[in-house]
Amino acid sequence: MDSILEVNNISKLYRLGEIGTGTLGNDFKRWFQKSILKQQDPYLQIGKENNRNKMEEGDVFYSLNDISFSISQGESLGIIGRNGAGKSTLLKILSRITSPTTGSLKIKGRVTSLLEVGTGFHPDLTGRENIFLNGAILGMRKKEIARKLDSIIDFSGIGSFIDTPVRRYSSGMYVRLAFSVAAHLESEILILDEVLSVGDFEFQKKCTEKMNELKNAEGKTIILVSHNIDAIRSFCKKSLFLENGRLKMFDETNLVADAYMRGNHEGFEYKTNLVEIKFESKGFDIINFGIRNGECPPFDKPISRDKSIRFEFVYNKKTVAENNFVVFKYKDIEGNYICTMDSYNQLQIDKQGEGRIVMKTHPFFFNTGKYRVDLFIHGIFEDGVRPIFEQRDILNFEVVASTMLFSENLGVDEGYLHPVANWRIEEINQI
Amino acid sequence: MSISKISEKKDWDIVVDANASFFTIKFKELTHYKDLLYLLVRRDFVFIYKQTVLGPIWLFLQPMLTTLVFLFIFGRVAGMGTGGVPKPLFYLTGIISWSFFSESLTKTANVFSINAPIFGKVYFPRIIVPISNIIGSFIRLVIQLVLLFLVMIYFNQTAGFKIEFGFGQLFLPFLFLLLGVFGLGIGLLFSALTTKYRDLSHLLLFGVQLLMFASPVIFPLSSTPKSLIKIMSYNPLSAIFESIRFYLLGTGTVDSLNLLYAVVFCITSLVLGILVFNKAEKSFIDTI
Repeated sequence: MDSILEVNNISKLYRLGEIGTGTLGNDFKRWFQKSILKQQDPYLQIGKENNRNKMEEGDVFYSLNDISFSISQGESLGIIGRNGAGKSTLLKILSRITSPTTGSLKIKGRVTSLLEVGTGFHPDLTGRENIFLNGAILGMRKKEIARKLDSIIDFSGIGSFIDTPVRRYSSGMYVRLAFSVAAHLESEILILDEVLSVGDFEFQKKCTEKMNELKNAEGKTIILVSHNIDAIRSFCKKSLFLENGRLKMFDETNLVADAYMRGNHEGFEYKTNLVEIKFESKGFDIINFGIRNGECPPFDKPISRDKSIRFEFVYNKKTVAENNFVVFKYKDIEGNYICTMDSYNQLQIDKQGEGRIVMKTHPFFFNTGKYRVDLFIHGIFEDGVRPIFEQRDILNFEVVASTMLFSENLGVDEGYLHPVANWRIEEINQI
Repeated sequence: MSISKISEKKDWDIVVDANASFFTIKFKELTHYKDLLYLLVRRDFVFIYKQTVLGPIWLFLQPMLTTLVFLFIFGRVAGMGTGGVPKPLFYLTGIISWSFFSESLTKTANVFSINAPIFGKVYFPRIIVPISNIIGSFIRLVIQLVLLFLVMIYFNQTAGFKIEFGFGQLFLPFLFLLLGVFGLGIGLLFSALTTKYRDLSHLLLFGVQLLMFASPVIFPLSSTPKSLIKIMSYNPLSAIFESIRFYLLGTGTVDSLNLLYAVVFCITSLVLGILVFNKAEKSFIDTI
């Protein structure tokens, strides 16, 4: 089959902390070498990985590194990967919002990207006027829009409000109108960034139906980025799995999605030992960090759900300029934040020197699952609170169910937390 | 690499190559977006005057009030000559032409930062936006020229100011076009720089203000000292403003050599501007 989109060896380089090389002189040197002498960018470092944990200021990193793939007519593509894997950058390159640092991209037919709904909507213009404007921004001709106007208005369900300025619309109406325009685009390739998650349930269903219609009946190619693996499974024949800016896998969606789900657990290592880690920052050193399960000595096994978890670390505070407090941020395995605990009201560090902080959760606080912890230490300054120490993913731990109290038929408990609450019966009419 | 070799025979509609030439301009693509151009011009017009009390009257009020201020400062206090033309007429011509030029320039120069929210989400040829700005400014200019014409008729009736018609007047649209091209060209050149060095847009605003005093906008070239005239003529705006006044008000001089110089200068700035803009639009979103 003929391919409709080809990506060859695309890389995208970002420089952190500063814009350009910083000086006009260096900027000029780079331009001269690249454009006139056709040489390699002198400030480009090949082979560096996109790992945001290791970034330093002014560093150069690859958001995408040597990506190649192609898709055929009518074949839909899903793009999956963790936060920061380079999905958005790839979308931006495919939709030509930014250009790659190296490599090339070839496309047959028209491409429309929907990285946001309602781009270019103007609050003072009426719904009808905005349909035309938004449609034109997305690449439609006026004639096309006029031809589809009734269908767009009908799909949006805006009805008689169509001649009202959109500033008076509710946010739901706004989004519905915007999606309707996008759904009527006549392009061969449609690029979507999690836009399916808009509007109320009814409208979402309508959107999904419309997308299926576009794909199956009209033979359009849809490129979808989503964290929702189920949406990708149901929508895309093939998928692309990005990890740290590299193409890890490009295959049938089922295979890729399985690998992705597995990868989420494979990459997990216990990091619960009280080990010498020594992180240093200007005002604070963290000398070690770890977990004790109940009153047991430190160990690296899963933690039982019915025990309280004891986090402890030894620090060295180097200045007395301000008071500090500790913040723990808990994430699930994919890096989505679950909850934050801070010591602001209970404990502030005011004395210089070494000390040990101990924090105990209540039993049953975490549900079964695997979690990651970010540690922050904030300083309370006169002009507000600022972070003075941060270490992401300082610790991983796993919580497992304690007893066989619940039968296996029940399955696992949903959610991340399982806090203890006060329960009681108030007698009304008991025998 | 093997994929790209096979596919070279196919005709692709869109090709993005990191090593693409500096000089690629996609004219075919521009024609596809001409409706967008129209809608953007229309949007800017509708939106500017929809929410204001006085609405389109601002178009007249602004040059008229500025003329009054200039009449007082430059006419009364500084006592500057206007080459025999009624002062209000002289200032109004200068103000209308100058605001067309400075608006074209500053709007174009800030096009990336103003439109970053849209540019960051959708692709379309970015040059459409500066072009739509210029067209909008041009429409405002034409409306304001109507006002100027009315004032000319007034002075014709009361002060005996002569209005002459001839083939020379046909030259006026070309002169205003030249002014627009110059503003667009310089604006495009700066647009690429303002994405990287933000403070430049403040500097530019200041520079444009100063440039007005370095160009014969509120005074005729003939009133400047002989030694300065040579330096002034390096400024392409001198020839353009002198010529505009010559064909509109019948004062000033038209030096064909200086005008030719201005034409070459403007076209060069536009070509360079488009090239720089083309380069900047590819990756500005990473730095802004």
